[in-house]
Amino acid sequence: MFEIGGKILKSRLFVGTGKLPDYSLIEKMYYEAGVEVFAVAVRRIGPNTRHTRNVLEYIPKDAVVMVNTSGAQDHREAVKIAMIGRELTNSDWVKVEIEKDTKYLFPDGFETLKACEILVKEGFKVFPYIYPDLNLAKELEQIGVEAVMPLGSPIGTNKGIGCEVLLKPIINEVKIPVIIDAGIGRPSHAAQAMEMGADAVLINTAIATSADPLRMAMAFAKAVEAGRLAFEVGILKEHEYAQASSPLEDFIGG
Amino acid sequence: MNGFLKEAEKLIKEYKDYVPSHKEVCRILEKEFLTKEDLAKLLNVSSKEDIMLMAKKAQKLTRENFGKVVLLYAPLYIANYCQNGCVYCGFSYSKNYKREKLSFEEIENELEKMKEEGIDSVIILTGEDRINSSFEYIEKACSIATEFMSEVSIEVYPLYEEEYRRLSNIGVVGITIYQETYQKDNYQKLHPFGPKKDFEFRLNAPERALKAGFHEACVGPLLGLSEPRKDVLCAILHAEHLLEKFPKAEISISFPRFRSAGTDFVPSYTVSDREFIKFLVIARLYLPRVGIVLSTRESPLLRDALLDVCITKMSAGSKTTVGGYAKEKDEDAGAQFEVEDRRSVSEVVDVIIKKGLRPEFTNWVKGVKGI
Ligand code: SF4
Repeated sequence: MFEIGGKILKSRLFVGTGKLPDYSLIEKMYYEAGVEVFAVAVRRIGPNTRHTRNVLEYIPKDAVVMVNTSGAQDHREAVKIAMIGRELTNSDWVKVEIEKDTKYLFPDGFETLKACEILVKEGFKVFPYIYPDLNLAKELEQIGVEAVMPLGSPIGTNKGIGCEVLLKPIINEVKIPVIIDAGIGRPSHAAQAMEMGADAVLINTAIATSADPLRMAMAFAKAVEAGRLAFEVGILKEHEYAQASSPLEDFIGG
Repeated sequence: MNGFLKEAEKLIKEYKDYVPSHKEVCRILEKEFLTKEDLAKLLNVSSKEDIMLMAKKAQKLTRENFGKVVLLYAPLYIANYCQNGCVYCGFSYSKNYKREKLSFEEIENELEKMKEEGIDSVIILTGEDRINSSFEYIEKACSIATEFMSEVSIEVYPLYEEEYRRLSNIGVVGITIYQETYQKDNYQKLHPFGPKKDFEFRLNAPERALKAGFHEACVGPLLGLSEPRKDVLCAILHAEHLLEKFPKAEISISFPRFRSAGTDFVPSYTVSDREFIKFLVIARLYLPRVGIVLSTRESPLLRDALLDVCITKMSAGSKTTVGGYAKEKDEDAGAQFEVEDRRSVSEVVDVIIKKGLRPEFTNWVKGVKGI
């Protein structure tokens, strides 16, 4: 159990829906993998058509919708997309994702900060997607976001926790939850993030594009649980040198 | 001349006869980002085995970057008046051809019919005639379309920046404009008269549109008009150039192959299926996040196969005659080109789902951008 954005959640695995082959998987993930938070790109919440249903119709009513501003290119657009998203979904959870380029999809910290300031004032539960930048994370904490979502490695790359040395200080220093977002490609990466002390992870590509998204979600759910449990117990440090007791000790220790 | 065209010229010359060994192909595929030289080399690959390897990586990149989603759209031809003399086109000025232009009411009927079929993303097309299909006519048609569809794009004659801005302000998000061929000498021969003669004005149209607030641009050559490898290389570098200049925009690329269109024009080059697949795959390898669009010019079999590899957006249930949706028309008479894939939207949707992909009809929900 943990508290985030004013809600008590059991699962620390959040799932992005944008790349899923079939929205009916959402319900299955909720019931079978225990996923409670689903990120939804506002730009894609289209009306029902003859061939497709609106993604929102697939999200169980007790699950949490985290609206995502992806596609926003500056803070004004992000705020506007968030407003539309809240209206469409009735959810005030917003993942602020602002990218300046479509080549790398790196988050724009400057614009993100501006958008978050406005959205916090507007009463949203704000979850900014950021670089693992401690200073930015602290500033965001100051203005009242619910959590920070630093990337593990660039979006969609499945490269795992590529910047542990930058993520660690954030986990250590900020008091709000830290959700590792982007780049996690395997359940073992997710476990690693959790062992490091992250509060949750958000996965999209690795689940959605796998051969069996539901079972992959289950694998991630287990890995997240295992990693968290290990973190709570306290993982022993690796020893750089063997710890064999040596006769020398008697002399040094006197 | 634009810098990227010069670059393409140089690369093609330098690697004209350079066929990379199997080992080298593998080495190139190991890289995260290909260089321009790699790109030029891969264009010369012809072994089936190597193309299959390239396709495998292309598939992986497509899924990582776009997920298991394919966007569907349909074209709406609203007028076929044209002042140009493109030697390969049945709509051209000199052709004795029944000219039509939809009234605004007819446009509504067409859109309604398309909507009934499930289409929610439309691209508005006209021939190139500023008198009969004036900018104001196009503007009004677009504004009607935005009432029906979540997403409206245009494929009309190149406009001025201010005109693109007006369209952007009413909610048009995308432009498709084919350069036909990037090889200027040949371009001049193929377009002997009419406003389209102006190679640069056309080439720079996507930049004007993106500058004016459009979010998407799709570029490409019409394969067969000139040496295809060169046109493909130019188009890929064109897309890259747009990405560099407008990093926020979504850029797509498409390589329509020439199909007969009521003329006896015989293209200088034919592009085999194998070559065609190779070109699309290479575009994906070099530009992993660029959209790849496939039209109904291609056969159902080929379209279905490519869906698994690199396609991010395709048309479905297309009618290429003016007023072809609402009025049941003979599909060949008066079409700008032959449609090979005549399956209905539902049939295409079924195939996509069977392949474990999700059909999507909306990229930008109305109101999220623009207005
Ligand atoms: S290709 Fe386009 S511009 Fe050229 S003649 Fe045909 S309709 Fe006109």
